[in-house]
Amino acid sequence: MATTIQSPETESKKPRLDNGNSGGGGLRNLGPTNGSLKLLEDFSPEPSRTGVWVGLAAITMSFAAFTSALIVRQSTANDWHHLTIPSIVFFNTVVLLASSITLEIARRRVAEFARGRTANRSTPLAWLSATLLLGFVFVTGQYIAWQQLRAEGLYLASNPNSSFFYVLTAIHVLHVLGGLAGLMRVIYILRRPVLSLRRSTMDATSYYWHFMGVLWIYVLLVIWIKL
Amino acid sequence: MSDRVVQAVPTTADVVHHHQPPQGFIRKYVFSLDHKMIGKQYYALALVAVFIGMVLSWLMRIHLVWPNWPIPGLGLLSKVGAPGGVMTPEYYLSLLTMHGTLMVFFVLTNAPFAAFGNYFLPIQIGAEDMAFPRFNMMSFWTTFLAFCILIAAFFVGDGPPIAGWTSYAPLSAVGADAGPGQGFGQTLWGLSIFVFCIASLLGALNFIATTLDLRTRGMTLSRMPICTWAWFITSCIALLAFAVLLPACLLLILDRVAGTSFFIPAGLVISDRLQPHSGGSPLLWQHLFWFFGHPEVYIAILPAIGIVSHILINSMRRPLLSHKVVIYCMMGIGFLSYMVWGHHMFVSGMNPFSSLMFSFPTLVITIPATIMTLIWLGSLYGSRLRITAASLFALGFISMFVSGGVSGFFLAQPSIDIYLHATYFVVGHFHMVMGVAAIFGVFAGTYFWFPKMTGHMMNESLGKLHFWLTFIGTYCIFMPFHYLGLAGNVRRYSAFVDDFLVPLIPVHRFITIAALCTGAAQLIFLYNLIHSRFRGAPAPDNPWECTSLEWIMPSPPPFDNFGGKHVVVYHDPYQYGVKSSTGDYLMQNSPEQVEVRT
Repeated sequence: MATTIQSPETESKKPRLDNGNSGGGGLRNLGPTNGSLKLLEDFSPEPSRTGVWVGLAAITMSFAAFTSALIVRQSTANDWHHLTIPSIVFFNTVVLLASSITLEIARRRVAEFARGRTANRSTPLAWLSATLLLGFVFVTGQYIAWQQLRAEGLYLASNPNSSFFYVLTAIHVLHVLGGLAGLMRVIYILRRPVLSLRRSTMDATSYYWHFMGVLWIYVLLVIWIKL
Repeated sequence: MSDRVVQAVPTTADVVHHHQPPQGFIRKYVFSLDHKMIGKQYYALALVAVFIGMVLSWLMRIHLVWPNWPIPGLGLLSKVGAPGGVMTPEYYLSLLTMHGTLMVFFVLTNAPFAAFGNYFLPIQIGAEDMAFPRFNMMSFWTTFLAFCILIAAFFVGDGPPIAGWTSYAPLSAVGADAGPGQGFGQTLWGLSIFVFCIASLLGALNFIATTLDLRTRGMTLSRMPICTWAWFITSCIALLAFAVLLPACLLLILDRVAGTSFFIPAGLVISDRLQPHSGGSPLLWQHLFWFFGHPEVYIAILPAIGIVSHILINSMRRPLLSHKVVIYCMMGIGFLSYMVWGHHMFVSGMNPFSSLMFSFPTLVITIPATIMTLIWLGSLYGSRLRITAASLFALGFISMFVSGGVSGFFLAQPSIDIYLHATYFVVGHFHMVMGVAAIFGVFAGTYFWFPKMTGHMMNESLGKLHFWLTFIGTYCIFMPFHYLGLAGNVRRYSAFVDDFLVPLIPVHRFITIAALCTGAAQLIFLYNLIHSRFRGAPAPDNPWECTSLEWIMPSPPPFDNFGGKHVVVYHDPYQYGVKSSTGDYLMQNSPEQVEVRT
């Protein structure tokens, strides 16, 4: 604003300056001639939304590494003993998928509340709490599944199949616990008297949570087919 | 005729928000959320690590050529490993392992990427901090924890592990039977790297989100300085590479402490004891490790490439022949880095056809590397280069990168690698192209950015002296390694037990003396660093007449970088060789329109 204003001189009417052979080496002068920056603005999403996708990429890569380890290990194995998946695992699957549905409903209710369409804060909170509860039921269910395996005499080191079962499910549960922490944070923020929950926080948490469901389906398929 | 038209647009947009700087000592210097302080913390940690790593290399070099000389004080560090100051062969391997691990993880990953990246990436894109400052703080302190765990290995049980920085299974997985240090020491190694992976993942996530989301108005991707691009590409590589090392370390730790058999085969007898494991695959560890390990090489070198390009452009006062092609080359290297891990495993017993499949992309990597080198050289040709300590180290980087890279052509061919793999040739190759080259990048960055980071200039004469001693010294150390390798000198031996190696001892002696001298020359750097920090001449805002955003702010930058304002960017990053009101360059945030001087 403090910059001197001068009337544009004839040079400014020249076409965009370019020395013709720069290959884009920083010589092009892309400064907007009319001062408008609209064209130059990048689309910048909220960091938390980008962050969660980047984090999910890393998690995907980790599970890809576990999978390839499993495939290599199986190919050299003479000690591969197929294990029967504990029955409660299927119940857990249903619970985790149901939690994705409740979370999606919660997300829409939160959006309605945030837009001021409804002053009812308890409905989104109830759906979020339901999701949280289902998440904890899933974690408990996985713990029971490990107990069932132990009852069969299958421990972490018993054979490669049980090793991979425990490792894959435990790492998945660890990530689910991270998601539960995120959900608790959302609930905590939503309970504040003044609404300070950002949409991106809600979205990032729900993307992460839905991904936990997708990841679980993948882990279950790997266990089912391979172990 | 006027060259410029000043326009009625603001240089800074509306005031966004203003942060109060932290007051307490703890918040300001220890658990700081400020990316600049975290960058400095990373730099300090790398300095400590590089000092320890260098001392370890001295101990190894001294032992190699004067094996019976009791090194004063070494006996205190380990009574078992170095009774009376003379190290055992196993302790030599321990020092080798710790040297490699410290240097690769805590120096080459931390200094060029985490330290400079943390400090300058947000500033160069006009952000006031990283996207997730708390993650940033956590990632430094997690790295510090990993460092402490690793150093603790010196003081537990029978010392540090002996498995090398690559920790090949099954010897790294079976426990104490595999030798001294393979008990608790090796477990600490696994734990340390596991924790380091978490820290690096947090860091990489932060870098990516910051670059994508926090760029200021007008800072399009193509307007980012070349080093910002390098840090961004590096963080993409690090994200996927460390995400693979993390599971690998977990499986290794489980093999060691929980009795699983991921990497330990059946019927393995070590130290006359049948190991209670079955069916594991030692090659699996190598696959997982090198899937991380090769990209790790580029995690070390790409930031240095970016820093060096940035400095060279500034010193030449003109842009590179092609800014974009260098960025595309870095992307290409990053992409190819995931396809070549098998070239570390030519002698592992892998299928020879696989070797061929890994050899081809390895040779392809030389194409983008060569293109970059040619662009540097072509841009340098005919330029009136400003000779500073920073630009000298940048030139030194190119020299090291080429000298070390050329031997890569040979090693990429399985048939030649079979002969050279376990020799000093490989040691010379990776020390030059990955170790010394990246360190030269760090030195260049230090001389270049020190005024901005501290508000004081470094002593240029001492800097140039430091450059020449280091440049000549490193060539004296690492060039003969290639000769030793061709002569068949195997790696990792602590003594010359075979007759045919005895004639090579004078070469080793020369290398050891060169290493001691080059190490001593680093004291000049250390003195320059510390003395300039307190007594150096005050630095102006833009001592190098550089165009990127870090130079529009005071030296050192205020806590909130741009004073709570958004900078507006109007230009590509390197507007040199122009006629503007400031001279032959134009700052990125300057609204001036200038004609290009041809």
